[in-house]
Amino acid sequence: MQMSMEAGATAPVKARTSKLHFWYGGLHALQGVDMDIRDRQVTALIGPSGCGKSTFLRCFNRMHDLTPLTRYEGSIHLYPDDIDLVSKEVDPIEVRMRIGMVFQKPNPFPKSIFENVAYGLRVRGMRSKALIEEEVERALRDAALWDEVKDRLQSSGLSLSGGQQQRLCIARALATSPEMLLFDEPTSALDPIATARIEELITTLRERVTVLIVTHNMQQAARVSDYTAFMFLGELIEFAATSKLFTNPDRKATEDYITGRYG
Amino acid sequence: MSAMRAGVERRKLLDKLFVVLGLLVLFAALAVLLTLFLDLVRQGAPRLNLDFVTSYASRKPEQAGILAAWVGTSLIMVVTACVAMPVGVAAAIYLEEYAPRNWITAVIEINVTNLAGVPSIIYGLLALGLFVYKFSLGQSILAAGLTLALLILPIVIVATREAVRAVPRPIREAAYALGATRWEVTAHHVLPYSMGGVLTGMIIGLSRAIGETAPIITIGALSFIAFLPESLLDPFTAMPIQMFNWVSRPDPGFRVNAAAAGAILLGMTLLMNGIAIWLRYRFRKRMNW
Amino acid sequence: MTTPASPAPLWKSIRRRRVRDRVIESLLLLAGLVAVFTTVAIVWILVAEALPFFDHVSFADFLTDTMWTPLFAEPRYGILPLVAGTLVTTFVALALAIPAGTIIAIYLSEFASHRLRELVKPVLEMLGAVPTVVYGYFALVMVTPFLQKLIPSLPGFNMLSAGLVIGIMIVPYVASVSEDAMRAVPNYMREGSYAMGATRLQTATRVVVPGALSGIAAAYILGISRAVGETMIVAVAAGLQPNLTWNPTESAATITAFIVQVSLGDLPHDSIGYQSIFAAGLVLLVVTLAFNVAGFMLTRRFREAY
Repeated sequence: MQMSMEAGATAPVKARTSKLHFWYGGLHALQGVDMDIRDRQVTALIGPSGCGKSTFLRCFNRMHDLTPLTRYEGSIHLYPDDIDLVSKEVDPIEVRMRIGMVFQKPNPFPKSIFENVAYGLRVRGMRSKALIEEEVERALRDAALWDEVKDRLQSSGLSLSGGQQQRLCIARALATSPEMLLFDEPTSALDPIATARIEELITTLRERVTVLIVTHNMQQAARVSDYTAFMFLGELIEFAATSKLFTNPDRKATEDYITGRYG
Repeated sequence: MSAMRAGVERRKLLDKLFVVLGLLVLFAALAVLLTLFLDLVRQGAPRLNLDFVTSYASRKPEQAGILAAWVGTSLIMVVTACVAMPVGVAAAIYLEEYAPRNWITAVIEINVTNLAGVPSIIYGLLALGLFVYKFSLGQSILAAGLTLALLILPIVIVATREAVRAVPRPIREAAYALGATRWEVTAHHVLPYSMGGVLTGMIIGLSRAIGETAPIITIGALSFIAFLPESLLDPFTAMPIQMFNWVSRPDPGFRVNAAAAGAILLGMTLLMNGIAIWLRYRFRKRMNW
Repeated sequence: MTTPASPAPLWKSIRRRRVRDRVIESLLLLAGLVAVFTTVAIVWILVAEALPFFDHVSFADFLTDTMWTPLFAEPRYGILPLVAGTLVTTFVALALAIPAGTIIAIYLSEFASHRLRELVKPVLEMLGAVPTVVYGYFALVMVTPFLQKLIPSLPGFNMLSAGLVIGIMIVPYVASVSEDAMRAVPNYMREGSYAMGATRLQTATRVVVPGALSGIAAAYILGISRAVGETMIVAVAAGLQPNLTWNPTESAATITAFIVQVSLGDLPHDSIGYQSIFAAGLVLLVVTLAFNVAGFMLTRRFREAY
């Protein structure tokens, strides 16, 4: 599928999926998705539940490798290094060290706030205490959580409120300076106020990192993203600049979905 | 009163009768435990003193003590714990976190389930043939400790698996998403977060091992030892063996010793179980993900 | 600010971590295989040590002779008396444990409050954790004298007292496995029964128990397996003399008690007495294995049902 987009020329491509297929056992969950993810832009994935948007997202950090009997076909090229994220030759551990993820429900480790954020650095072999402290502070600042927790870095991550926990998870993912950050419906477990703060945070993150976000909420996609992809039954139906997709979609199915004529 | 009403009344009465019956059986069970413990303490009271704990076995009941027995039991428990804990936890981790769905895994699972039901005396025969003779460990503390380790292995494995399974999947996913390897996820997260459950299983396993008599009789524990073992390859006696020896003698003086040893043994078992139950309770309360 | 770290140093560390993971995985698999080795070793040792026994004693004699006198001048090796002793004590144990365990299970699953259940289950657990040699003392020193008041002719060693105490020992086991099965019966089935005007007891006996039947059967069968394999209680309280009788008020040895009795003496490694305990152990293993497999299959069936 060839994409038409007016804003496309402004940002270089960060990742390109080509003919991406994915199977859960016999279930053909992604059926040849071609999409360009632009560098330091927010790209939203929308579509009815079961359309494959989370499946698509989880290909980017090879989370599917943890489930037996799953299979990828096609490629996801990550630039500028030009490595194929779903290739068998590429170690999923390396992929996950390059690409961070934030999950549906906040899932901090039952460790201190500091250790939550430092974990990714420690896994990478960072030993210097000063360096770790520096990175943890930066990540917490980037996740707009520093001011709230700077005096209690040693208390448990579970002692925070739901919205704070989710921002802690964002800080945890940011600490290792990932090239891309994946969000899998990050606000679905949060109240409206916490949701607003996370959305605001995501819009500021685009200055630092390429964001790919799955959302069940079309208004959210419209608020936070630069590009939006509409998926249906494992296929990419339409992909365009967010302003275009929501005001003037090319495809009938997209229009039906965003106007609420579909489920 | 109508027939229907009468029927209802009769059925309600049966319900109440069953409640009474249920409570009665429950309290009978409780009473057995209480009577047993109190009677052991009462019968053994004359011997429940420091001399008893610091004396060797003797032909004269009033001079006999459990020194060699409790030292033997302690050493056996150390061997058992040192073997059963790493092997049991590792096996459980393998089955929960690593095992692919293939026939090897299925065979391991079936064997763990099956071993849990093998009578303890069969482990004794295994140990007699394998450890004592084939491996030439002799009738030693090491052989006894290894035997009991194999015996409690299924208990440790099952408890560890349960504890490990209670760690929610999103926690694992979070660690994987940060680039952790399977072992890092296990060692940094899954194991530390399930430690309470693992310890509980270990204590329950040891409380079972501490009272096991049959398998160590089979491998040839002695009942009359007047020295302390100097190495793990020395012959030994143990608390339950000592108690069995005393209870099998006709002299009533030894019955008193048996009761005293039994009170200590039962007290230790109940204490260990109590600790395990308390740990489990606390662990459950703390882990609200 | 977020220029990604150069991947070169990452690579090396990933390789090392991968290798470490592989090594650890093999070690963990090895630990898992210990269970398999143990089973294989049990079968191998029992068979290998029992085989020479069958050079001396024909298999037919072993199974049909009615005398077990391995230490006599003219030894006879018929396993029947030991099997009879085992069956009698097991039967007595079940006569106590099945009703008591089932009543406790029904009460805890269908009648008791959450708080009572939380309180009682640890106590039951402790009852199941009492060392068997302590239970043996209980049978010999407390239960037998009590029974002798009711049956004056009862000898000091008897299978009745030993069997009853084995029963007490397996009550917690039968109760907890049955209760698990009953609690697995889905609530809508209970609600259907209550909606018809049934009382709790009727719901329990006509809906819950039938619904959990295979699980309860498994509890009984696993209880049988425990009773058959129980050693110290019978060794202390039932006597060590093989005696072909079906009368629980007599004294008799079980398979397990015989093994203990021989082990207490110092038998040379290659004597027929030494070999005979492996032959007896083999019989015990086959019997308990059969019950365990049956119990295992039944639990799997009830797990599949809901």
